[in-house]
Amino acid sequence: MSALQIKKGSTSHSAYNLRPNFSDVQEQHTLAVLVENEPGVLARVIGLFSGRGYNIESLTVAEVDHTGKLSRITIVTTGTPQVIEQIKAQLGRIVSVRDVHDLTVEGRSIERELAMLKVQGTGEKRVEALRIGEIFRANVVDSTLGSFVFEITGAPEKIDAFADLMRPLGLVEIARTGVAALSRGELAAQG
Amino acid sequence: MVVQALKDQGVDTVFGYPGGAVLPIYDEIFQQNDIRHILVRHEQGAVHAAEGYARATGKPGVALVTSGPGATNAVTGLTDALMDSIPIIVLTGQVPTFMIGSDAFQEADTVGITRPCTKHNWLVKETDRLASTIHEAFHVATSGRPGPVLVDIPKDVQFANGTYTGPRPSASHYQPQVKGDMESITELAAAIETAKRPVFYTGGGVINSGPHASALLRELVDATGFPITSTLMGLGAYPASGKNWLGMLGMHGLYEANMAMHDCDLMICIGARFDDRITGRIDAFSPGSVKAHIDIDPSSINKVVKTDIPIVGDVAHVLEDLLKVWKSRGRKTEVEAVRKWHGRVNEWRKVNCLAYASSTKTIKPQYALERLEALTRDHDRYITTEVGQHQMWAAQFLNFEDPNRWMTSGGLGTMGYGFPASIGVQIAHPDALVINVAGEASWLMNMQELGTAVQFRAPVKQFILNNERLGMVRQWQELLHGERYSHSWSEALPDFVKLAEAFGAKGIMCTDPADLDDAIMEMIRHDGPVVFDCLVEKHENCFPMIPSGKAHNEMLLGEAETKGVIDSKGSVLV
Repeated sequence: MSALQIKKGSTSHSAYNLRPNFSDVQEQHTLAVLVENEPGVLARVIGLFSGRGYNIESLTVAEVDHTGKLSRITIVTTGTPQVIEQIKAQLGRIVSVRDVHDLTVEGRSIERELAMLKVQGTGEKRVEALRIGEIFRANVVDSTLGSFVFEITGAPEKIDAFADLMRPLGLVEIARTGVAALSRGELAAQG
Repeated sequence: MVVQALKDQGVDTVFGYPGGAVLPIYDEIFQQNDIRHILVRHEQGAVHAAEGYARATGKPGVALVTSGPGATNAVTGLTDALMDSIPIIVLTGQVPTFMIGSDAFQEADTVGITRPCTKHNWLVKETDRLASTIHEAFHVATSGRPGPVLVDIPKDVQFANGTYTGPRPSASHYQPQVKGDMESITELAAAIETAKRPVFYTGGGVINSGPHASALLRELVDATGFPITSTLMGLGAYPASGKNWLGMLGMHGLYEANMAMHDCDLMICIGARFDDRITGRIDAFSPGSVKAHIDIDPSSINKVVKTDIPIVGDVAHVLEDLLKVWKSRGRKTEVEAVRKWHGRVNEWRKVNCLAYASSTKTIKPQYALERLEALTRDHDRYITTEVGQHQMWAAQFLNFEDPNRWMTSGGLGTMGYGFPASIGVQIAHPDALVINVAGEASWLMNMQELGTAVQFRAPVKQFILNNERLGMVRQWQELLHGERYSHSWSEALPDFVKLAEAFGAKGIMCTDPADLDDAIMEMIRHDGPVVFDCLVEKHENCFPMIPSGKAHNEMLLGEAETKGVIDSKGSVLV
């Protein structure tokens, strides 16, 4: 290919090993998708994922700008780099999608999730659950003589860890919001 | 209000079928003369006719159907238009807003059903937003990569009075990028200067970009002297009589076109999308080439094949800039190397891949199309097709000199597309010769539209290559399934001549090659719709062929090469 004097980019020029060139390493990416808040927009986004066979690990959606009628969908997805690029391009094609940001590649970002956990128990186990709750800075938002409901906020891994510890102590129910994410620094994603 | 919005969008024709939920709109249509309504016989026909109209004119096509079954019958046409990037606007009636969700008579979740098969769709719940939504629908359908859109209008919204607003496309948030990145364009210009074995691989995107894009393509191809091939969708963008023309590429493409793709060192893909019918085995696709890809849809780039020089933009805009840059750098190419490359292409041409065994007893389908080509070449001619062997033979044996003259269902492969599409084309060009090259099985799928053709005096010619088989299915069964011809023939075909006459059209049957020319001339001369039943060889296979799971340089050229060529891995592919 030197004869063509094409500057080396991210791609190789042989198609014989085309598939291997598309890396098959699975990556996890967090995408922030700004959409027009209109009926059916969430169905368009998740329909794209199911229709084309992409993964959704977590998805959250809420209106973020009432006057501008914008909602923000945060999607955690996994796939090979080529699939991730396709997902972003396909999302970008949806007419009601204003902007797609890949927070995983656009610098550092913060991910947070809220969870509520119901833990049943008495005696030692109940005391231990409360003690671990304090370590994790979880709030008790409901209490009976035989149960607590903890509210915890943090990165998904922190919530996983907390849930793992609560399981032997009587965890009976858990509700998680899914990930909300924002880039660090001054730059902002706007529709 | 709907009719006013259509008028303001320059619509002159609507294809439709009335029903309870669209009666207010039909009442408006009744009271005006600016917009012509073509009553089809099935809603699928309305959408395909709108597609044909759009593809033959470059303007968006419009269909109007009722709620429930009207909308569900439109789904195939919508999906077809989505796959082939055809701008159409489908207006559907809906039950009144206060009845939505109550399983009312002829209620269906139209926007839900059509969400994945439209570029975008809308349910209009307030009359005040009706006009602006229709205008936005036209904007979305025709901007960027074109596609079908649907506006679902509840009956009470149709009845109510509201404020009308005119078209304001600049107000839309949807503004796709049309200008290509200059750095990449310069990179491509540099690659053109040094390429030794270049090839242009063009597609429907050139046609969709408009006549100016085809003109620029012709200028670029002739100025560089590079050979050019095209997908099924792109035929006509570069004239078949042009000296650099290789013919169509792909599964049933020409040997020289596919070999040039395989052996090239620079592939310039313009408005095509590396469909599996084109690439064959992907890991053996054009192994030694640098690939440039011009496409208005960013998701097409790197979807299937890795691109070295990606350029997102409208074909006409990018080609204009590319020509400017390449000329300003001195219009250089590797003249000697490209001349040698043409020499190799000419060697491949000598293979004469479209050769077939001729016959004086039965009409070979290839022969029928050769004669059709010869006898219609000088006419103002538009061709539509159905889907199957006849479609591939038409693409191989008919020559297209201009864009927007070839309308075929490429991506979705919809049997039943061609007949209603031909009516749409004829309505757009009343004086032209419009021929639908069909197979008998495809044609029967939407034969009810014969009523439409007769009622609206659309003199469409239905050229049916009748082999009494599902030819392409039969061919695959022969090659892949041990010649077990499971349900690939019909034992109760109608008498097509009587069928035509029953609808008030003309029927012609031809079985003898010696009579063919006269019969075709009779078809052309008849001022009205004609059903031409051309009884052809029943077991003819379509060659050349790249079998599933094989590469471009592993083409089959004829019957002798077909035994056991597709392995078990290839047979699961479609």
